Amino acid sequence: MLTARTEQIAVREQHDIVSVRQMVRSWSLAVGLGLVDLTKLVTAASEIARNTVVYGGGGTLQIEELRDGLRLGVRLVFEDQGPGIVDIDRAMTDGYSSGSGMGLGLGGTKRLVDEFDIASTPGVGTRVTITKWRSR
Amino acid sequence: MPELNASRLATLLDQRFDELLAAWTAEQLQVVRRGQISASDMRAQCRELLQAIRRALAAGASTRIDGQSWAAARDLLGRVSSQRAQQGFPSSETAMFVLSLKRPLFDALRRASDDADTLAADIWTVTDLLDQLALFTTETYLRSREALITRQQEDMLELSTPVVKLWDGVLALPMIGTLDSSRTQIVMESLLQRIVETGSDVAILDITGVPTVDTLTAQHLLKTVTAARLMGAECIISGIRPQIAQTIVQLGVDLGDVVTKATLADAFKLALSRIGLSVGRVRPAGAPALGAAPAARD
Ligand SMILES: Nc1ncnc2c1ncn2[C@@H]1O[C@H](COP(=O)(O)OP(=O)(O)OP(=O)(O)O)[C@@H](O)[C@H]1O
Ligand SMILES: [Mg+2]
Repeated sequence: MLTARTEQIAVREQHDIVSVRQMVRSWSLAVGLGLVDLTKLVTAASEIARNTVVYGGGGTLQIEELRDGLRLGVRLVFEDQGPGIVDIDRAMTDGYSSGSGMGLGLGGTKRLVDEFDIASTPGVGTRVTITKWRSR
Repeated sequence: MPELNASRLATLLDQRFDELLAAWTAEQLQVVRRGQISASDMRAQCRELLQAIRRALAAGASTRIDGQSWAAARDLLGRVSSQRAQQGFPSSETAMFVLSLKRPLFDALRRASDDADTLAADIWTVTDLLDQLALFTTETYLRSREALITRQQEDMLELSTPVVKLWDGVLALPMIGTLDSSRTQIVMESLLQRIVETGSDVAILDITGVPTVDTLTAQHLLKTVTAARLMGAECIISGIRPQIAQTIVQLGVDLGDVVTKATLADAFKLALSRIGLSVGRVRPAGAPALGAAPAARD
């Protein structure tokens, strides 16, 4: 698998979430994701970007265009140096929120993308990686 | 010797404070258009800055305004210039707040001095000092303007939404842009207020122009529906495009018993039927008008 291009942006404040959505939209278009897949990936990015800002205290998004043989895809790696998540299973559970959210962000994101990975160490930070492939 | 100049200036400001203040305020009132700021506010700002300058000159004995003794003056100028940026003063008038002190100060210097060399040195010091202060004011003003413009652009990008009345008893909120900013709160509140004002029974939330519906957006929508219900109005959500519908379902968002319609037109038709009206054709399309309908008899 090959990374055709990559870019990193800051995800610190409310306004950055808007930028994340716009950027993921344009990268998805470039790779040729269909309207439904594009909407799903942009929505997933919006969820994880907000978690990064709200719970992770801000972080970064690394966006990658992937090429795997004939397959094309977009991968997003969100990383923060926030408090981390003690109980990942609980965080992934639909309806659980430590704040005032619906508690659907992580679980919903996993359903919206093709590949989902979360790694978190309490006191160190959190990394969420999501990938959407162009369906042929 | 700048130190000497500074203490001499401090003394001058002390002795002629009221006279300077009056002359300066008079200059200001000529520059500033009427109605933009009250004369008493203007006088208060002038007084405060003059006092800050006097104190800085007396204490610091330096006329470089980045020093500690000028902190109070910088603070005041920062406040005045960002306030003026907000109120829409042009940058030239904002700089004139400081520069218009030149003439009164020069006049006072001239009257107080009988030695040409001292006068020349003092005038140079005053010019240099006021230019620094004016430059600082202009820079702060520009920074505030930039911040203001950025914020306005963001607001426009985020959401622009008027509440429109479609019919007696039917309101519509055609939402355009993203729905997760603090502006959303304002928009939702204005809808609730209009429901009360107009005594409307139905409110249509149209999200055709909303590109992304994530959990926070959904939460905002559901909260609005609940609040509208408490005010006695029913909400219909329209304009959920197919890709958004699929995404909402996968996210796991439950819209519960909220009525949804594909288009604003469908939602409007439903709204009319909810208030006891219906839309029908008066005559078949293309057919010539028949005679006037018989008047209802009582
Ligand atoms: N980057 C992060 N750092 C620390 N904790 C996190 C992070 N991301 C998620 N969490 C924790 O996981 C919980 C669940 O996240 P999830 O996104 O599913 O729900 P939510 O953000 O609370 O609500 P919603 O996303 O529905 O608005 C959060 O409430 C928070 O406690
Ligand atoms: Mg979340």
